[in-house]
Amino acid sequence: MQELIYPFDPGVIIRKRKALKRALEAQEGPRLRKKIAVLGGSTTSDLVKTLELFLLDAGIEPVFYESEYAQYFQDAMFPPESLASFQPDVIWIHTTGRNIENWPTVRDSDQQVEEKLAAELGRFQAMWESLEKRFRCPIIQNNFEKPFFRLLGNRDAWDIHGRTHFTARLNGAFAQYAAEHQGFFLNDTDYLAADFGLRRWADPACWNMYKYAMCFEAIPAFAFSVANIIKSLFGKNKKVLALDLDNTLWGGVVGDDGVEGIEIGQETGVAQSYYEFQSYVKQLKDLGILLTVCSKNEEENALAGLSHPEGALRPEDFTLIKANWENKDRNIRETAAALDLLPESIVFADDNPAEREIVQAQVPGVLVPELEGVENYIAAIDRSGCFETTTFSQDDLKRGEMYKANALRAAQQASFGDYGEYLRSLQMHAVIDDFLPVYLTRITQLTNKSNQFNLTTKRFTTEEMEAVYNSPDYIRLYGKLVDKFGDNGVVSVVIGRKNGEALDIELWLMSCRVLKRDMELAMLDKLAERCREQGLKTLRGFYYPTPKNGMVKGLYESFGFKKTAEEPDGSTVWELETGSYAPKCKVIAVTGNPVE
Amino acid sequence: MDGREIFARLNKVFQEVFDDPSIRLTPQTTADDIEDWDSLEHITLISAVEREFHMKFKMKEISSMKNVGEMAGIIQERAR
Repeated sequence: MQELIYPFDPGVIIRKRKALKRALEAQEGPRLRKKIAVLGGSTTSDLVKTLELFLLDAGIEPVFYESEYAQYFQDAMFPPESLASFQPDVIWIHTTGRNIENWPTVRDSDQQVEEKLAAELGRFQAMWESLEKRFRCPIIQNNFEKPFFRLLGNRDAWDIHGRTHFTARLNGAFAQYAAEHQGFFLNDTDYLAADFGLRRWADPACWNMYKYAMCFEAIPAFAFSVANIIKSLFGKNKKVLALDLDNTLWGGVVGDDGVEGIEIGQETGVAQSYYEFQSYVKQLKDLGILLTVCSKNEEENALAGLSHPEGALRPEDFTLIKANWENKDRNIRETAAALDLLPESIVFADDNPAEREIVQAQVPGVLVPELEGVENYIAAIDRSGCFETTTFSQDDLKRGEMYKANALRAAQQASFGDYGEYLRSLQMHAVIDDFLPVYLTRITQLTNKSNQFNLTTKRFTTEEMEAVYNSPDYIRLYGKLVDKFGDNGVVSVVIGRKNGEALDIELWLMSCRVLKRDMELAMLDKLAERCREQGLKTLRGFYYPTPKNGMVKGLYESFGFKKTAEEPDGSTVWELETGSYAPKCKVIAVTGNPVE
Repeated sequence: MDGREIFARLNKVFQEVFDDPSIRLTPQTTADDIEDWDSLEHITLISAVEREFHMKFKMKEISSMKNVGEMAGIIQERAR
């Protein structure tokens, strides 16, 4: 919804909140229901109502638990029944500088200041550990905004008695805890307050009258930040940045002005601004964001522009280049299809408002930031929160290469008469075995972002996945696929829960980048083998339809399972006897985990 | 800005904040007359009014305003 996309107008969100909520709830489409516990050190009412808007807009339907006023510590240490039975999917501890209890004073000795710091940290750490032990779900913790007065002036920043210095040390310690604990995330209040303007943020009237820890107009930006973390945790991040070229990646029109005529590099302020934007885009690529071109241009000119010696980007940084004269909405759809992704995974960056509008209107779900003036491009994309990084795995770093290898495979496929011959020519080998700790992050990530080849669309938090990993009640398989073009990484996950003499397959997913490679058959072969080893006679599969997973509706049938039940909503249950099962996959060499 | 214009604009703000197009303000309107006007919504309302008229209420005024008429009076004094 346009009102909720950066740069949103906080006044509009505050004033029209009820109407916005009504409009969002009227929208069609599937929603992920998530339970969010907000443990506040100040009033949370409007924070929660605003957070709800941003989450609804991202397809997440939140249910909230709010602690009684400022009861964050009591709730964390001694959860009341209402919180215990709520069973949150994520906990947000909303504390601010107003909740620091052990401020140093100028009369404290060095040692007393150290003791106060330890006491304050100890209080928070005790909460985190209590919550982690009890709920095993992601925890979001605010760090602290800078203090709203400086008793020592500039000295406040470095003197151990200064609140500014004390706050910075607390934030440093919080950051260290975050770095050392999976499932623990900081909401960077320090940055948000600075960005908003600390003086306005820290309006003492808001605290003294309403017990809000920040001024009212700062609430939307603050709630947006928390929403971005939650969206990222539950797999709502964007994956692709589709870029226009002329006046987006460089100044001028390469087809008219020629390569030597476009503005990019270090010569002028404008050229430098485009260079800075290209450098930013390149850093996004390093983060695992796929870059594509979506430009009305001759391909030859597009490549020439991207090869400009003063540019930061190179043609090979792009996974896919669509430089033609088709309408852009069509090119965006084709881009999504070519990458086996949904259009809603795409951010479309174009300086031309008319192109933005056509894509926005024709391809629902694509995020189209307002790019006005090259000097503002980075902010428009960076602050939209769509690439918020909560987990970061080695696979993210390699994603661009993997998709490019896919393009090479496609080119090869065209030269084979027989598909089986093509598959054999790929010289595939897979590692299929029980989970390894090193892959748990990637496995969890896959459960949260795979939508299409996903039979049950069951999502897992890091904590839930660890519980599965440590339980003897499951048969777990991950599959990693390598071929002559490269390593695809972990691409398939199956989790089955033992149920008497049967195995209930609670999760079966596969990344779409390895569709039609018979990888699913290799997974099934291994699953049947494991079941037989453990005396499990029946494999029981479930298919729960969603708007996105139609492609696997008939998967179990194609495997030779028999349908045993069908619900009115289209859910189906399938069974296969493992005793007479004969392996099906003939084109992939399979091995197990490396022996230590 | 005359009183009529202030009331018209205030009326619009109230309608949007309470999501109720049937609201008709008079100088005598108080929180008791509007169902959702509780202490939490009061903050939203004050913030939206301040933004509409590009002005700020003082803390003392917020706690002492008795009805919409008094609110409009302060706005008339201060609004740009």
